Amino acid sequence: MVDKFILKLYITGQTPKSGRAAVNIRRICEEELKGRYELVIIDVLERPQLAEDEKILATPTLIKELPPPLRRVIGDLSDTAKVLIGLDIQPYTHPKGKEEVRNERQEESVTNQQAENWYSRL
Amino acid sequence: MSAKKKALLISKLKTGIPGFDFLAGGGLPKGRTTLIAGTAGSAKTVIAVQFLAEGVMKANEGGVFVTFEESPADIRRNMSGFNWDIEKWETEGKFAFVDASPELGDHAVVVGEYDLGALLARIENAVGKVGAKRVAMDSLGAIFIQFADSATVRHELFRISSALKQMGVTAVMTAERNEEYGDISRYGVEEFVADNVIILRNVLEQEKRRRTMEILKFRGTSHQKGEFPFSVMPGEGIIVIPLSALELKQKTSEIRITSGNRELDNMCGGGFFRDSIILISGATGTGKTLMVTEFIAGGANNGEKCLLFAFEESREQLFRNATGWGIDFEKMEKEGKLKVICQYPETAGLEDHLIKMKQVITDFKPNRLAVDSLSALERVSTIKSFREFVIGLTSFIKHEEIAGLFTSTTPTLMGGTSITETHISTIADSIILLRYVEMYGEMRRGLTVLKMRGSRHDKDIREFTIDGKGMHIGKPFRDVTGILEGSPRHAVPAEMERIGALFQADAGEG
Repeated sequence: MVDKFILKLYITGQTPKSGRAAVNIRRICEEELKGRYELVIIDVLERPQLAEDEKILATPTLIKELPPPLRRVIGDLSDTAKVLIGLDIQPYTHPKGKEEVRNERQEESVTNQQAENWYSRL
Repeated sequence: MSAKKKALLISKLKTGIPGFDFLAGGGLPKGRTTLIAGTAGSAKTVIAVQFLAEGVMKANEGGVFVTFEESPADIRRNMSGFNWDIEKWETEGKFAFVDASPELGDHAVVVGEYDLGALLARIENAVGKVGAKRVAMDSLGAIFIQFADSATVRHELFRISSALKQMGVTAVMTAERNEEYGDISRYGVEEFVADNVIILRNVLEQEKRRRTMEILKFRGTSHQKGEFPFSVMPGEGIIVIPLSALELKQKTSEIRITSGNRELDNMCGGGFFRDSIILISGATGTGKTLMVTEFIAGGANNGEKCLLFAFEESREQLFRNATGWGIDFEKMEKEGKLKVICQYPETAGLEDHLIKMKQVITDFKPNRLAVDSLSALERVSTIKSFREFVIGLTSFIKHEEIAGLFTSTTPTLMGGTSITETHISTIADSIILLRYVEMYGEMRRGLTVLKMRGSRHDKDIREFTIDGKGMHIGKPFRDVTGILEGSPRHAVPAEMERIGALFQADAGEG
């Protein structure tokens, strides 16, 4: 049985940190949870009440609502391995070797410029 | 003052916390953030909530409470004891919580950089929702525990305090301290919200807790300096007692009132002044309570209202004593001319006593007030608290134009003074000494009017007796010296004449 992941990312407007977090979590989801996740990005400047209900203080905050247990990860999510631990997700074993994957990921690490570009597309 | 200069001045927001606005020179600096630092149990949360509560109740100003420590449910419950119905205000849209309290088992993993943008957005949202003029954040220490990166938290708090300033709200933030006298706050919070700092203290002194408030700084505006005692009263909250800030500008009265004893009135040049403070000093059993009783009877017989605070004897004892001297307290009480309040001094701290006494005085509106005895109160406090109590009470009753009679018990049987007197004697307008005089194996009693501000008075030391009708003042002890110093000596008439001749030059009315 495949669990569906419901993830919510709370960000504040168009800051570099928000952008980086959004890019990072999209990438992680595509790599690790492809086809079995739902990602909602919430801008607390536009919807402060949602932040109030969820008692969010820091941004960016990523919340894994499902499957249980509920998990929170704070920050721009720049370290994939830590994010996976934080969300309680077993890393997907890549067909390529571990070393290769790590190298690829380093190349993928997002710059501020990229984050802004991503935002302009949003 | 020119308009330009006026605009530069920092205006103050009247908080409504009793006594505080006086210390603060009108209130908290408007549109700014004030740090309130204090140790555990120094009433930080109370003052933070009260700041908002007074705004809602007295100025119809909305308030936002940001809680980092206790849950809103806990705060609503804890504060209901002060008659602050937060839940009602919330439904009326005058009060909002921003709940930033930690939840059990809610620990987030930190991956990379973050800020507290969501918290700021929530505060802004809440301020907008209730149209808040006041914001309180309690307490900053807890947020440093939630987020390990103090540098980020510090920076974010600075950002929040600047944002609050832009919103034009007046804010208080509370922070923990480790010691009563030491660093301003843990985590060095004062360095970034340092415009205004207030320190709350809860010092243990001779086994007693004493709460004080000090305004350490108000940048660019004035305030009273030093520590001021305050009390946390059930049903009311914090009441600050601005003692040394009191001004000596009471009106004086020329109207005389009776002491309840005709002979004593004569000695005082026609009675006490209507708004004077009278101190009766004497050893135990010299007749202080009798003088109090006569003072009250004298007032009640003239249709005045009298209030008696008794800290040594019970109601029954006082009433029985009065009956023994031919005075009917019960009848006076029924006629509404007398109110007797008996309490052990130990039941409360002096600050609390003072506030309660002021409340009773305000409610009952007496013309005369007697406290029997001040020495009993001195027993339960430190010297500093006692002095503040005496000044606070006497200035209050003077302001209300009430005659006050206070008794003080001297520690030794013969002669002597007590600490009570050293604190009150300069404030007292009249001082009457009651002394034992030992002569030929017999204890007799002497009375003298030591001081009578603004009036001529009898300077003799007169003998008095007590019987079923009260006090009777008789002739002066002409041939005895050394009564006041506690070692009376019989003087031979020849010696008296010789000494009399020495002072002939100064003879006459003093």
